[in-house]
Amino acid sequence: MSTPALELTGLKKSFGKAEIIRGIDLSIGKAERHAIIGPNGAGKSTLFNLITARFAPTAGTVKLHGENLAGLEPFQINRKGLSRSFQITNIFPAMTVFENVRCALLWAQGYKYSFWHLVNSKRDLTEGAEAILDQINLLERRNLPAGTLSYAEQRALEIGITIAGGADVIMLDEPTAGMSNTETDYITDLILKVTAGKTLIMVEHDMGVVFGLADRISVLVYGEIIATGAPADVRADARVQEAYLGAALEAEH
Amino acid sequence: MTVSDPKHDVPEGAREKDQITTDPSNPSERMRAGSMTLTLAPWVIATVVLIFLPMFFTSNSTLTIMNQMSITIVFALAYNMLLGQGGMLSFGHAVYAGVGGFACMHIMNMSDFFETIPLVILPVFGGLFGMGLAMIVGSFSTRSAGTVFAMISLGVGELIAACSVIIVAFFGGEEGISGDRTYAQPFFGVEFLQQIEVYYLTIAWLVISAALMYLWSRTPVGRMANAVRDNPERAQFLGYSARWVRYYSFIASGFFCGIAGGLFAINYEILTEENLNTASSGVILLVTFLGGVGFFFGPIIGAIAFTLLQTVLSLSTELWAFYAGTLFVATVMFFPGGLAGLIMMHVPAFKLGKASGLVMPYIKTLLPGAIGLLGLAALVEMTFHFRHAATGDVEMTLFWTTFNSHEILPWIIAGAVTVIGLGIAKVTAPSLKEAWNEANTAGGAS
Repeated sequence: MSTPALELTGLKKSFGKAEIIRGIDLSIGKAERHAIIGPNGAGKSTLFNLITARFAPTAGTVKLHGENLAGLEPFQINRKGLSRSFQITNIFPAMTVFENVRCALLWAQGYKYSFWHLVNSKRDLTEGAEAILDQINLLERRNLPAGTLSYAEQRALEIGITIAGGADVIMLDEPTAGMSNTETDYITDLILKVTAGKTLIMVEHDMGVVFGLADRISVLVYGEIIATGAPADVRADARVQEAYLGAALEAEH
Repeated sequence: MTVSDPKHDVPEGAREKDQITTDPSNPSERMRAGSMTLTLAPWVIATVVLIFLPMFFTSNSTLTIMNQMSITIVFALAYNMLLGQGGMLSFGHAVYAGVGGFACMHIMNMSDFFETIPLVILPVFGGLFGMGLAMIVGSFSTRSAGTVFAMISLGVGELIAACSVIIVAFFGGEEGISGDRTYAQPFFGVEFLQQIEVYYLTIAWLVISAALMYLWSRTPVGRMANAVRDNPERAQFLGYSARWVRYYSFIASGFFCGIAGGLFAINYEILTEENLNTASSGVILLVTFLGGVGFFFGPIIGAIAFTLLQTVLSLSTELWAFYAGTLFVATVMFFPGGLAGLIMMHVPAFKLGKASGLVMPYIKTLLPGAIGLLGLAALVEMTFHFRHAATGDVEMTLFWTTFNSHEILPWIIAGAVTVIGLGIAKVTAPSLKEAWNEANTAGGAS
């Protein structure tokens, strides 16, 4: 079996005495679309923050393509090909939509900390950013400040920023939170389109989105994964039903 | 969702062609060409104005003021690389200009070396020394932005200012270091004996530095400085270390501060502790904020306005610092965008072609308002004279009028002017507001 894209071993996190993540082992294969679900406070966002080094784990390891990420800073992990979005929209609101995407391209296109290139005269940056804008259907909004976009558009822009750098592991934290049904459908299609061939790990509350998108699902309850498997298996799992899914599914209908 | 893609109805082949040729119908190409002329025009105009300015202002004192202005512009632009573009509030930035200036003074005094270099390249040494200091200080101060950065900058600024009386060999103690610029190698026969020659040297460096700083803001690291300012966390997840981005901005800012210091050395031929202390650091913060941190040209306006206040106003009143301070407080409270922000506020009205509708309301409100403020200033001046003039000196001159500040009539007149002026402004303000809203609304008048 080839190296998994992302592998978590015995991952734990405590804040003081409170154990939020209580030992997670999870292996996510290449080009797999993996959803993490669970009730509020289960530690889904904390898990995301541990993987991307926003927090340091108390114990355990995170491996990206077989490489241990311990001790790396978020920007170093990003350069290794892991990119994420945030639960609360995290863009550059004062910059134009175009510039948001262009900033996301700079490192990946090899410009690093250059002060001998002018961004406006770089064809690859302009065209690259426009291609991303085309993908996320924001080409018309190109020159507007990102902060003036509608909520759904801002979420789409954040997905665009997240994928722009060409990372092969994409992590999305509740991409459809707070959206209407049509907006949710729109974003779901968008995610499918832009993450084709890439590893996708997402936290999501909307069961429709989860079952529509994911190849496999992990159910996180009180800092532990109680089940991992194909959507149908997870749906049928008695413990999942008991812990979470039943209630959520009932609430949906 | 209202998002739609206008290119969807374009055939696939046409779209690809669109992207590889410079088709003028492609909006992005067209805009780039247009913005090129738009960006170049102000630079060309400014350079031409600077070159011909001495023909209208011939006196040496005016040239000195203009040189002072140019130096302040370079310094303020360099400072804004941190404050406006990088989101770093420095309280001790005078030391980078100061150290650059002191280094230039020492080079002036190294006669064997100095006579082999033309004076025009001296500011480069100032820049290198400012940059060197910034590399050392920035290595630990740029770890975080915000309060920590501000406090470290204040501490380091105080530390180096205090060194001026300790490390006498470099800073020259209380007398400072002086030298003579004319010992340099003549530059095409020019020995920089005259003020006008120094003026052209200074503006050449002004234009070069301003252009380089503007170009810096268009480079990848310059763009990311904005990104890190707005959202350091997001920048980290785009592969950029916020700390390194800040560090590079800091070094670049140190370089251009050093250039300003070198120009100061050339102009005044003396540097003292005053070039390093917190008061000078405070002035540059004030200048930059007054001009507006949000726009590249903001600090330029700030430097011009402040130098005029400092030089012209200080000739007519001892209280100039009081007015400058009041203006600064008013700017922070009412126009956080600074003078540049005030100007740019009018762009939408111009774009809608409705700016002319603002002229009359402005005159109706701002003219009486200004007269009222002058009345208020008269009251301040009279109070100052009344309290602080030598005993028996009751005559004062204000607005070309000489009167007795101990009589009641001038007070009544000044008070009346203030009340009436500000009163009219207050009455007409609502219609100005209405005109403002009208000028900024698209579509015809109702």
